Amino acid sequence: MTAAVGPTDRPELGTQDHPLPPPDRTARSSPGASWAAFRAMLLRDFTILDKRLPQFVAGTVMQPLMLVFVLTYLFPKIGQAIGGGGGASRFSSLLMAGIVAQTIIFVGIFTVGTEMVRELGITGEMEDRLLAPTSVSLVAVEKIVSGGLQALFSAMVVFPIGAFVPSTPVYLDVQPVVLLTLTPLACLNAAALGLTMGSRFSPGTASYLFGVVALPLSFLGAIFYTWPSLTPVPALKYALLANPLVYVSEGFRAALVPSEPHLSLAVVYPAMIVSAVVFTVLGVRGLKQRVVT
Amino acid sequence: MCSSSPFEVSVPEPDGDGPAPTSPAIRTGGAESGPAPSDVVVTTCLRKVYPGGRVAVEELNLSVRRGEIFGLLGPNGAGKSTTVGMLTTRVIPTSGTAVVNGIDVRAYPARAKQAIGVVSQANTLDQGLNVWENLYFHGRYFGLGDRAARSAADELLERFRLADRKASEVEDLSGGMARRLMVARALLHRPAVIFLDEPTAGLDPQSRIALWEVLVELQGEGQTVLLTTHRMEEADEHCDRLAIMDHGRILAVDTPQGLKASLGSGAAVTARAEERLDELAAYLSRAAGVTEVRVIDGDVRFNLPAAHGAMQWVLAAAQAGGFRLTDLSVSDDTLETVFVNLTGQDLRE
Repeated sequence: MTAAVGPTDRPELGTQDHPLPPPDRTARSSPGASWAAFRAMLLRDFTILDKRLPQFVAGTVMQPLMLVFVLTYLFPKIGQAIGGGGGASRFSSLLMAGIVAQTIIFVGIFTVGTEMVRELGITGEMEDRLLAPTSVSLVAVEKIVSGGLQALFSAMVVFPIGAFVPSTPVYLDVQPVVLLTLTPLACLNAAALGLTMGSRFSPGTASYLFGVVALPLSFLGAIFYTWPSLTPVPALKYALLANPLVYVSEGFRAALVPSEPHLSLAVVYPAMIVSAVVFTVLGVRGLKQRVVT
Repeated sequence: MCSSSPFEVSVPEPDGDGPAPTSPAIRTGGAESGPAPSDVVVTTCLRKVYPGGRVAVEELNLSVRRGEIFGLLGPNGAGKSTTVGMLTTRVIPTSGTAVVNGIDVRAYPARAKQAIGVVSQANTLDQGLNVWENLYFHGRYFGLGDRAARSAADELLERFRLADRKASEVEDLSGGMARRLMVARALLHRPAVIFLDEPTAGLDPQSRIALWEVLVELQGEGQTVLLTTHRMEEADEHCDRLAIMDHGRILAVDTPQGLKASLGSGAAVTARAEERLDELAAYLSRAAGVTEVRVIDGDVRFNLPAAHGAMQWVLAAAQAGGFRLTDLSVSDDTLETVFVNLTGQDLRE
């Protein structure tokens, strides 16, 4: 049994001094209402990002800046051995891809993930969006889209750091097609991963997000080394294929330093598509389970 | 077992996980015979069993008329929140139907959300947005264009006396202001019914009064309001009709006056005498309609079926029996008595 939602015959709300706006909306179809709500939620997210831009940039930049600074500026300067046989310059170039990948994944986990933990568990402020005239699934998808765009933005902020901070030259051979297709896929992966985690962690366990999830993901994510170089440790090499960050790092290597050995794009693309789909499904399901009983 | 009429309420049975209501009396108020077109909320055989088997709501038949303030009363765990959850799309019913403004909530949750406004007990204002933006974005979520959302936000802030705080962060608002803003937000898209969960909980007396002024004013303009509350005196004063719930069932639905008249214990009488207290108690307990006679601290206390005329009756009876009363007081029944009579006195936590 359904009926159109529209103006009712009840008296106007509002006082004479401050009448409420007339009910000018006629019945909205569900897809139309959902699309309007979706756009409004994106607008809300970016309004808040705009307000918190300095904090967002500082939070995004600090870790990659420190890593790049110590490993590729300071170490070569003080003569600390780094980069194996290839020397500091090669290492800086390899690290570039890893740093971009790590930034994207971290923004996904921390921006989307911790935001979800807070909004669902602490403040309950997601309530208003969950009551918007759309499905909970679309609220979840909006989070992924918004988180993905923020990850993209952060990658663009971090790129110059990897390129200009190292004390040795960074040699990049940018593959535009790979870069332009891989980056959105990486951002989608990151945001979906963040939603998956954020909808499953309670405020009490959220602190483990960094220690138990982000740290191992990062150190075992082929950021400081390439995946093919792990051949001497075969067990680890193949175990690492379970880490979605590995594909992102290796993919960026193919996009930025293609002459270096890296995981084949024939593996990277399908793996990233599969993991994006899996984490999107898990994230949407996670949010639904959390907010609808 | 669930009847087809939304107004026939089954007699509650002890279900083992709590005390049975002391009075199984069931009332439905008015001359209802079925859902009327003017009913904004209609539930039929609505039932919720949570995973694990806990039955939160048991075959609920409820109807809220357009333009009324309807109160849902019940002890903790009675099923109020689950009921409101099912009506506001957040809890999926196990069986039965919930219809809000003609829309089946379970089948069309996204559409149903256009017809409801929700004010939860916790402050769920968007912390990333300021006071004005909370209203503006709410309007945008509901499909208002930029200009319409702006003017709706401005007008509601004026109306709810929050205009001077429009640029404030919501975390800087007092509890009363935050609750008013949440009510304003819930109303912005002109829902057919707004749901308020314990609207005055945690507010100081001034804020409580201010909030009730708003709700009563809204009702005067035709807004339907469904609220849950523990505050009997507020329910008594402001609600047009009340449903008393326990163990997932509705035990009684009526106007506050109707509930008190039919389910109260009448008038509570305290008579003081200098001497022969026990004789007085024994004498009174033989009279028809006198119940719960006991002697406490030099007083004889007992109940009468109604407060009206009670004082004259007691005086005449005492005189006829040769007793001299030195003091006499009669207090009218309260909704709280009705509530405790129906739901028992056991502590619910």
